[in-house]
Order: sequence, then C-alpha cells, then structure tokens
Amino acid sequence: MSINETSAYKGETMSYGYNDGLIELALHRAPCNEIGSRSLDELESFAAGLQRLKQPAHALIISSELKCGFCAGADLRELYERSQAMATDEAARSVREFLERIHRVLNAIDAAPMTTIAAVHGVTFGGGFELALTCDLIIADKTARFAFPELRLGLIPGFGGIPRLKRDIGNAVVRDLLLTGRSFNTTKAQQIGLVSQVVSDGEALRAARATAAQLAKFDHQTAVTAKRFIKPVPQEDLKKEIDIFCELFSRPAVQAGLKKFVESKDAQPYLP
Amino acid sequence: MPTAEKTLDEILALAASHFKVPREKLSADDDFFKTLGIDSLQALDLLTKLESHFRVELPDYELQGVSDFRTLAGRIQARL
Repeated sequence: MSINETSAYKGETMSYGYNDGLIELALHRAPCNEIGSRSLDELESFAAGLQRLKQPAHALIISSELKCGFCAGADLRELYERSQAMATDEAARSVREFLERIHRVLNAIDAAPMTTIAAVHGVTFGGGFELALTCDLIIADKTARFAFPELRLGLIPGFGGIPRLKRDIGNAVVRDLLLTGRSFNTTKAQQIGLVSQVVSDGEALRAARATAAQLAKFDHQTAVTAKRFIKPVPQEDLKKEIDIFCELFSRPAVQAGLKKFVESKDAQPYLP
Repeated sequence: MPTAEKTLDEILALAASHFKVPREKLSADDDFFKTLGIDSLQALDLLTKLESHFRVELPDYELQGVSDFRTLAGRIQARL
C-alpha cells in the first residue's frame, strides 16, 4: 500500500494518509489497539510504504482513535492461543518470527527520514509504549500512563522497548519501569525526559499537528541528517533483546502467566 | 498536610465529579469499582486524576486489592 495524497488507507486495525508533507497513522483496533498478527501485517505495509514515498514528508504522527488510550501492547490472547495450538518448538519459532518482523517495522519507523511524533493518551503500555519509543518526540495528554508490565508474565518487553528507553533516558529509570512494572503518569514522564510536551486531555493530536507544522519550516535534508546523527538505532541490543525474550518465552512459567492473564476475571488486570 | 478525613472527602468529590455520580451516593467504605461502575482502565484514569490533584506519585501496585475509598485515601495520605 503506498502512502500518497490521493488515497488514504483505512484498514482493520489502523488508517493512514498523507497530506502536504505530513503522514498521519491512527490506530483503531478495539479494545485498546492490541498488536497482533493483523496489526503487524498492516504495520508492515505501512513501513514498506514509508520506504517507497514518492512525495517528500517532513513529519509522521502516530496516534490512537480509541478512548482507552494509545495502545495496550501485544495481543496476549492471540499469543497465548497460538502458542497453545503449537508444539513447544514450533511456538518458539513462531514467536521469534513475529518479533523479527515487528522489529523490522519498528526499526524502519525509528529511522524514518522524517520527524516522527507519537501523540499519546491513556494506556500506553508494553508494546504500545515501545511503539511510542520509536518516535522522535512523544506528546502526551494528561490521561497518558506508561508502563512495561511484561515481568508479571515472566517476560521482558520484546518490541525493542528496553534498548530504546536506554538510549533516551537514564538506566535507573529504565530499571524502575522494568523491574517494578509500575506505570508513570505524564508529569513523571516529562520529568524524566521521556515526554516532550504535556497537554490537556484530548489535545495531544492537535499539539502534534502544530509541532509538525513548525518542522515543515526547516530544511528537510538538514533535519534528516540531524536525526541520523542524534538517534542511532541500537541494533546490537535489539538483537539481544529478541534472544533473551525467546529464551524466557520457552519456560513453562510464561505459559502459566499468559494463561492467568487471558483467563483473569480480576477487576484490575491492567495493574501490574 | 491535610487531615485523613479531608483527603478522603476530596477523593470522594473528585471521583463523583470525574465519573459524574452524585456525591451523596458515595461513601468511604464503598467498593468504588461497583459504586462508580468502572473497570480497570477507568481505575487507572482515576489514579491519574488523584496523582495530579494531590501532587503525589502512587505506584499502581499499591492499589492492588484496594477497592474502597477509605483504604485508597490511606494510601494517598501516606505520600502527602
């Protein structure tokens, strides 16, 4: 699917379009933009479209159309059901293949030749947080919360979150988020340098568009060169992350953790 | 520092206003999931509002198993 001025794309999990140098991608998969195989297919098409852009684009904004938030992370139900339907070795191979595919997509967004902005609100957890971390700027409204709850499943984040967070902020904060699984609000996220702008409820997309309009005033090639200089993709750590995730995934404790989450009737399943 | 009663009262007022429930229908020992009719995502939303209102940071694991306003007020009071 190409990204151009004449045809906006509306898919099952997201829509995207191009207008006057600005690309906007909006997630819309209920209940909270969980990233499963269909989302990955569509993200791959989007990333391929980014590589084949015919018109110059100065900015990309990623946001969510859903009230619950930006994205609650990987589709754990699909992950669990798929792994149950396969032999252990096959499930491990399938997980590695999924991770390698999502890493290719997120690396492409991370290194995209334009300034990228995540406009976030509400739940920005796990894989959703990792998607936001690929962007150059995060603009959040006051409802946003950020967390890596993976440890409760016996896993680490698998979509590149830790290497990217380590690139952007101090290791002590990374440990806090990873090892406690707790969520941060936007005030905290801005204090630690994760979020560049905090805006009122419902204003993140408007603020992101205003920022994109500002970026359009600068020379495009200079911006691309500056980004390449300041924001290297942490390739080695990203590869290590896949290996560690796959090693952890093969343990029975992970299947038990996934089963517990999927079957949970707890009123607070989102609280780590 | 506000008294525990004042903290509790402010929580009840904030919850009533945010979830559009009459204040008089809320009391300290209510199960807020049931009284407010909220799910876990909305509970996170309430946590965000409370952190902002009281200017505190309340790790969400401290809320695990907490479902009544009085205990919630105690957790917040401990961080004021």
